[in-house]
Amino acid sequence: MQSTLQKSPAGFNDLDPGHHPWRQRLDTLLNFGANAGADLVEVFLERTDHLGVLAEQDRITSVSPSFGMGAGIRVFRDGRDGFVSTNDLSDQGLKDALLQALAMLQLDASTLASTSGFDGLGTLRDYGISKNSWLDSTPDLNTITQRLLEGTQSLGKFGQHLDVRRGSFARDWQEVLVAASDGTFARDIRLHQSSGLSVLAADGEHRSSIARRYGSTDRPDDLCNWNVDASAQEVCDSAAKMLRADYVDGGQMPVVLANRFGGVIFHEACGHLLETTQVERGSTPFADSIGDSIAHSAVTAIDEGMSGGAFGSISMDDEGMEPQRTVLIENGILQCFLSDRAGEMRTGHARTGSGRRQSHGFAAASRMRNTYIAAGPHSINDLISSVDHGLYCKSMGAGSVGATGQFNFSVEEGYLIQNGELGQPVKGATLIGDAKEVMPRISMCADDLELAAGYCGSVSGSVFVTVGQPHVKVDSITVGGR
Amino acid sequence: MTSAALNVSTLQDQLQALARREGILKWDLGASRSSSASVQVDRGQAKQLKAAQRSSITIRVWNQQGLVGITSTSDLSDSGLEKALMGAHQASCFGNPDDVPGFSPLATAPEPDLHRPIQDAQGIQCLLKQLLDAEQQLLDRHPAIGTLPYNAMNEGSSERIYMNSEGALRQAQRTQASVFLMARAEETGRKPRSGGAVRVALGSRDLDLSGCINEAAERTISHLNYQPIDTGRYLVCFTPEAFLDLIGSFSSMLNARAVLDGVSLSKADSIGHQLAVPFFNLTDNGLHPAHVGAMPFDGEGTPTRALPLIRGGCLESFLHSEATARHFGVDPTGHAGMGAKVSVGADWLEVSRSPSMTTGAEHLDHTTTRDCFVLIESLSALHAGVKASQGAFSLPFDGWLVRDGERISVEAATVAGDIRELLHSIVHLESKSVITHQGVSPHVWIDGLAITGEA
Repeated sequence: MQSTLQKSPAGFNDLDPGHHPWRQRLDTLLNFGANAGADLVEVFLERTDHLGVLAEQDRITSVSPSFGMGAGIRVFRDGRDGFVSTNDLSDQGLKDALLQALAMLQLDASTLASTSGFDGLGTLRDYGISKNSWLDSTPDLNTITQRLLEGTQSLGKFGQHLDVRRGSFARDWQEVLVAASDGTFARDIRLHQSSGLSVLAADGEHRSSIARRYGSTDRPDDLCNWNVDASAQEVCDSAAKMLRADYVDGGQMPVVLANRFGGVIFHEACGHLLETTQVERGSTPFADSIGDSIAHSAVTAIDEGMSGGAFGSISMDDEGMEPQRTVLIENGILQCFLSDRAGEMRTGHARTGSGRRQSHGFAAASRMRNTYIAAGPHSINDLISSVDHGLYCKSMGAGSVGATGQFNFSVEEGYLIQNGELGQPVKGATLIGDAKEVMPRISMCADDLELAAGYCGSVSGSVFVTVGQPHVKVDSITVGGR
Repeated sequence: MTSAALNVSTLQDQLQALARREGILKWDLGASRSSSASVQVDRGQAKQLKAAQRSSITIRVWNQQGLVGITSTSDLSDSGLEKALMGAHQASCFGNPDDVPGFSPLATAPEPDLHRPIQDAQGIQCLLKQLLDAEQQLLDRHPAIGTLPYNAMNEGSSERIYMNSEGALRQAQRTQASVFLMARAEETGRKPRSGGAVRVALGSRDLDLSGCINEAAERTISHLNYQPIDTGRYLVCFTPEAFLDLIGSFSSMLNARAVLDGVSLSKADSIGHQLAVPFFNLTDNGLHPAHVGAMPFDGEGTPTRALPLIRGGCLESFLHSEATARHFGVDPTGHAGMGAKVSVGADWLEVSRSPSMTTGAEHLDHTTTRDCFVLIESLSALHAGVKASQGAFSLPFDGWLVRDGERISVEAATVAGDIRELLHSIVHLESKSVITHQGVSPHVWIDGLAITGEA
């Protein structure tokens, strides 16, 4: 029986130009593309190694390794672009992919010019050179499984009424090589590891499910330093409090959002709207608002890729540019957009080292890295005591933002605020609103900024990010409930 | 793209030889290959044109202790294949002795004939021309429609292979195309509104472009005149698309894997229990002619089949993999993925009314009824607002408050409830079933759902 399934040739098992003739191969490829009339040709090569492990109750129930490689080739011409991804890294495979990308923009051999304007690749910027041993330095499977079983046992120790105890671990190792016809030539190795605990508590008709995930980048031994007992205690405390919680009554009310993952409000409500991808689409209300007040004067917001060990930190973005510290909003005034190569080309906003993608299967797009609201002058008590009747959102779930800027996110652990004091736990709350209305209502920021690891899914796939904030107060927002 | 084609029997021989060398007696492999082309446009210009060729394999290995390990890779070279097999063998040391998957007893049973002819691709320039034309038509429908921030048209082919060391070998190919148009409209002094539509077909020539344009335009324009809604409890009518989204988010109720893992609302002894009103039926029908993405077998090689899940309101069956079916003493149902711990998932849900049963609310029809109700057109943020293991949901939605037949778009509201209560609160299923891109359902009426608005 015959199949058309592709088969990649062997070889090129790493992307280190010191060991394989990548410079020469990429030079040839880029020269061909530039000669055909492309304004810019970019090649993104990738090699990955992933491991996922799951523990349930007191057993390891899944060990799932995977590895792969591939290339994404992008060609720009007059602001448009063609993008082709492939698993075939042979010379012919890459050339075929380039020809396909060129043809998308009506460029082919007939448009070949005698000179391309391509002056060859620049000196390799190798951010991975000090990271070559990282993968080997990560914990072995014995250690990983042992730590996860410690986690589920710890949940059993601290929790009550637990029907399900789970611990999970994911290790994502990625080696990338970026080459472009503007001379860009850069290599990096990234290592993201995350571990998480979750429980399902049940007692009669009462149920609660709580999950926490902890993530870091560039720290091979992070799992060994994980404080399993502290994590398990936190998860079990939340599950116990939420087990018999009533459903929240919906309505308009002030809310106080906790620090760490509470920062998802800024990520969803505003951060996405400050990506040039949204400016290009015409789907941000802030496209012409640089220099304008778009938030309360209490709000200063930053996106950067440089915090040590943070999940969204990078040595270079997926277009070979070093990350920057980008002040998005300062005292309520919009300062800057997050921009990638295409964003700069199409909107004029300068690149900020924010071109990111999940894998070679996606073209890079402007994406957030470590994004947070800066600390303010208040104590948490200042915020809580300023609310007569409202909601304290101690732990947030996932969220999203739509084409009109309307955002939503769920509250995993909430408490009523009555007369300036925390009251009974409540569940089932969803916060919705739109950025233009809500950003001016973030009126108080506490002094306890903390970050939390997360995953963000958008046009260029799922990328590792950090969200963060101090405790903040929103004067009024729609709380969906029953 | 030129590339060396993979000969499946050579792959089988290669794996067999490698396995023999390593002393591996039992293994299986799932492989997939796809190629696709897609376009996006922006106000009369091509924005991005994309093509992708992807291939991957997953190998499972049973070691001498009978434990299973797995490895996946997109590296289909000889060395990649060897590394994957060795990796799976190594991972098998950590296999779960309490839950060992096996080969499906149906991996060599006859496959259903899906009657899905392979369609030729039109090519990316043709897709671009059609999408530019569609965009212009949609922009012309109303002056408030300024952009289509999300749009795409694509076509592609894919292939799935399953083989195992006992000689099972399955192979299937399909083609698929889709178009997605989401328009954004804004009037002076008013909030922006958006609406979208999607169409799928076996090939891009068969895509219902005009239907997609009409639906996206109607959905966008009909929300321009909006008002906040009072918080309260309402008679609610879900469109087929919205109801399928909701019931699909709670499919763990029907999933044997979730039951065994303790994260389902159902228990192992829930079969036969009354889950919904007596006139409510739910079938998973991966063979439905409108299911463009259908495959004749699942990740374990089990043939796809129609499976009644809820009949007359009673839970009749769970979705199964080989391992869960063995646990429950039934046949696998064709809903498995492939893994060390095999996932189970619904395929294509079909909601229907029990034949010859009346609902007691036959007067309810979303096009004619004079009652006051909320018509929920689409739900958002299901990933965030559904707590499947608790049965709870709290979801933003797009829809209308309908009074005396007049529709007013609802601004920024959520609907919340418990799926178990909801299934017992269904007051009516309209007689006309609607085929969507994800299943089949009539409009579904629920009484007394909580809605939170901005009024």
